[in-house]
Amino acid sequence: MITITHYMVLSAILFSMGTVGVLTRKNAIVVFMCVELMLNSVNLTFIALSSHLGNMDGQIFVFFIMTVAAAEAAVGLALMIAFFRNSDSIDVEDFSLLKW
Amino acid sequence: MELLQLFFFYLVAFVAILSGFCVITCKNPINSAISLVMTFFCLAIFYVMLHAPFMAAVQIMVYAGAIMVLIIFVMMLLNQGSEVVSRYRHAVTGAFVAAGLMMVQVIITIKQGDVSSTVGPINSEVIETVGHTELIGQAMFTEFLLPFELASILLLVAIVGAVVLAKREV
Amino acid sequence: MYDNLWLIPLFPFIGFLINGLLGKKIKNEKVIGSIATLAIFSSFLVSCNYFLKLLGDTEKVHEVIVCNWMTVGTLQVDWGFLLDPLSALMIMNVTGLSTLIHLYSIGYMHGEEGYFRFFSYLNLFSFAMLMLVLGNNALVMFVGWEGVGLCSYLLIGYYYEKKSASDAGKKAFIVNRVGDFGFLLGLFTLFWSLGNEGVWTIRFTEISANAHLLENGGIIVTVITLCFFLGATGKSAQIPLYTWLPDAMEGPTPVSALIHAATMVTAGVYMIARMNGLFAMAPDTMMVIAIVGASTALFAATIGLAQNDIKRVLAYSTVSQLGYMFLAMGVGAFGAGIFHLLTHAFFKACLFLGSGSVIHGMHHAYHHAHLDDDAQDMRNMGGLRKKMPITFITFLLSTLAISGIPFFSGFFSKDEILWWSFASTRGHWALWLMGALAALMTAFYMFRLVFMTFFGEQKTDARAKDHIPESPLVITLPLMILAALATVGGFMGIPHVLGNLLGHVPNMIDNFLAPVFEHTQHLHEIHAHGSAATEFTFMGISVGIAVVGIGTAWLLYCKNQELPGKIVAKFPRLHRAIYNKWYIDEFYDALIVNPTKKLGTALWLFFDVRIVDGLVNGLGWIVKGSGRALRYTQTGYTHNYAMSMVVGVVVIIAVCVFN
Repeated sequence: MITITHYMVLSAILFSMGTVGVLTRKNAIVVFMCVELMLNSVNLTFIALSSHLGNMDGQIFVFFIMTVAAAEAAVGLALMIAFFRNSDSIDVEDFSLLKW
Repeated sequence: MELLQLFFFYLVAFVAILSGFCVITCKNPINSAISLVMTFFCLAIFYVMLHAPFMAAVQIMVYAGAIMVLIIFVMMLLNQGSEVVSRYRHAVTGAFVAAGLMMVQVIITIKQGDVSSTVGPINSEVIETVGHTELIGQAMFTEFLLPFELASILLLVAIVGAVVLAKREV
Repeated sequence: MYDNLWLIPLFPFIGFLINGLLGKKIKNEKVIGSIATLAIFSSFLVSCNYFLKLLGDTEKVHEVIVCNWMTVGTLQVDWGFLLDPLSALMIMNVTGLSTLIHLYSIGYMHGEEGYFRFFSYLNLFSFAMLMLVLGNNALVMFVGWEGVGLCSYLLIGYYYEKKSASDAGKKAFIVNRVGDFGFLLGLFTLFWSLGNEGVWTIRFTEISANAHLLENGGIIVTVITLCFFLGATGKSAQIPLYTWLPDAMEGPTPVSALIHAATMVTAGVYMIARMNGLFAMAPDTMMVIAIVGASTALFAATIGLAQNDIKRVLAYSTVSQLGYMFLAMGVGAFGAGIFHLLTHAFFKACLFLGSGSVIHGMHHAYHHAHLDDDAQDMRNMGGLRKKMPITFITFLLSTLAISGIPFFSGFFSKDEILWWSFASTRGHWALWLMGALAALMTAFYMFRLVFMTFFGEQKTDARAKDHIPESPLVITLPLMILAALATVGGFMGIPHVLGNLLGHVPNMIDNFLAPVFEHTQHLHEIHAHGSAATEFTFMGISVGIAVVGIGTAWLLYCKNQELPGKIVAKFPRLHRAIYNKWYIDEFYDALIVNPTKKLGTALWLFFDVRIVDGLVNGLGWIVKGSGRALRYTQTGYTHNYAMSMVVGVVVIIAVCVFN
């Protein structure tokens, strides 16, 4: 029997992997993909709980998360292109203009 | 039958975790992207198992289709190639420790937790008789109409913003 | 019935707002002057209405609470007004004189820089003064008290480009602060000590009703009243705080007439009369008041003998006359003091305005002749009675009044004070002697002024002497009204002995004021040797003194004009001392002002520069240093920020879930 706990543990594992990716990778696009991975793990939690509780609200929320993710992808990638055009790199460690 | 289901769940979960692992370890970003698509497919399978076929379809179309294509397109455009120098070792260790701690905490919380809240009217029979897409549609265009419209404005702003940002200096 | 008392201070305040805010735009002098005069005149009409109402009313004390001001613990303070015979007389005095002087100022201030400023200050002053006299509790009175001090400062420093004027303003303000400090201390002590008896109040009616709770003649009530008296000496220019008033003559003459003769400087007298119940319980304080009043009367009169500036003579005369009022307060003759306050307001305002008219004429003449002589120095005047007949006649009438010639107003009031200073239970022959000597000098120096200014040959520069005009009607009309009041105003307070002689004419002012002083009636018992015959004797003596004073002045300044020079040559040191005001200012400078300045400099160099600045700079260095250290945490690397977010999540989960 697949319980809700299975899904949520899986989701936690995926979320943590996404976090590790964000923290260790240098390529901004890969970091961005790791963020998408984290978002998806959250989506999984939402849908699992939605179906477990017999309520559509979680799925609607996932729908909106996807919308935001799409918008984020558009703007984020545009930012990366703009940055690349300026510094010829998309290494996150080059994004350090905000320091002392 | 249930054992088979459980086996299938573990199989898909294993694939999802493995491909997720590839996402964060592959040197070449293209490989990461392909692995991420794989993860998305696995999640779509879970959605189907959870009686949410519409969300599975959207998952594949939006994420695996639109967003990933966009990402790969940008990668090709920038043509960066593999990551040569990785981050400092202690930074990587720190990241693993922090994320691992967080995972342990969350799993403990989940194990301790109890999700026996009031159960709503939507079960698998309802979904089969009415249809999942119809249910989503009803909720979306009645109760969540305003957020839906706001989401459209958000997308519009994102489009305009992306164009402005990516455009060369005039 | 008395609900609209608040209208009285409101009108001048509106006038102040209009002229203060829009005066610069209005520009037209006539409009500005009319607005201000109309504002105070409306308030005069309202005052008349209430005064007449009160005259016909059997109930003489009315309190009107407009709204709550503040409630702090047991202290409740309202914006409230108190109308009783005392404040009714005062509002008539303030609004009436104010109206006349506003009218006068329209002519006098013609063509001055900042015309609107003058009138808005004058209106603000009237507002503050009315708050002072109408307030039903000590705090509202204090608002007015501070307000008139502020306006006095602003108006003395009206010609602020002139160093002496701005210095005089500062001096007045600072000296007044000393007095205000005393007032506040007295108020605090009173509130606290009455509170200890279970009555937490600062309302005048409740203070006088509950004053008996304090120990009669005890240390507390003595301290309270002495503190209040210190406030009164500051505002009413008594020893030791009188030095600001002569300097205050730097202000325009209408200001001297209104603020520094008729209204503001009498605030101290009014305050003591208002709290007569309290003061009556402290015989020691009363004695101090009487002595200070008598000494001031005498001391200021001596200085007045040798001054040459027409306004300075009047200023010292004002200080001296205020001394009389305090003498009256000190011997318990509150009614007589208030009576003298009123008559003094009439004749002194008239004298000041008359001197203003003279100065105006002299100034005009000098201006015409392109001369730069001092328009206020009496040695440049003389023989003006033909040039300025109306000014001369009104001035002469007021001088007769102040000198105490029978049946002029000053005679009745001054004589009453002198009589009480001798005959009251708290009186003493020494007090009477000081008062009588002061009266002699008053008659002398006032007629010296008249003779030097209006009689004899014209000593004005030949090029200017034919261009001295009589002042216009707007200036002479207030003079005539005031002179008439100064002449007949005394008949509202005919002494009982004279009244009995004339067939039971009552002393109207005493009867009217009786309800205010009901707690202190016992002070009015005359001790053993007070009889009608003695009173007539004393009256005769004072008239004789006045005549002697006038005669001496005539002898020295009309008949034999070489004589003053000879006298001066005979006593050069004495003359120099008097001419330099007994060196009191120099004394204060050496004793108080300069040490204070030095202390200030020392504190600045040590405390301010080292400690305060050091503290502030030190704080700056700490912030700067910690910022310098902490900025290294801002690496600018996205990973570090993301890492701190994750650590934050871990900590938050740990706290929320595993707590």
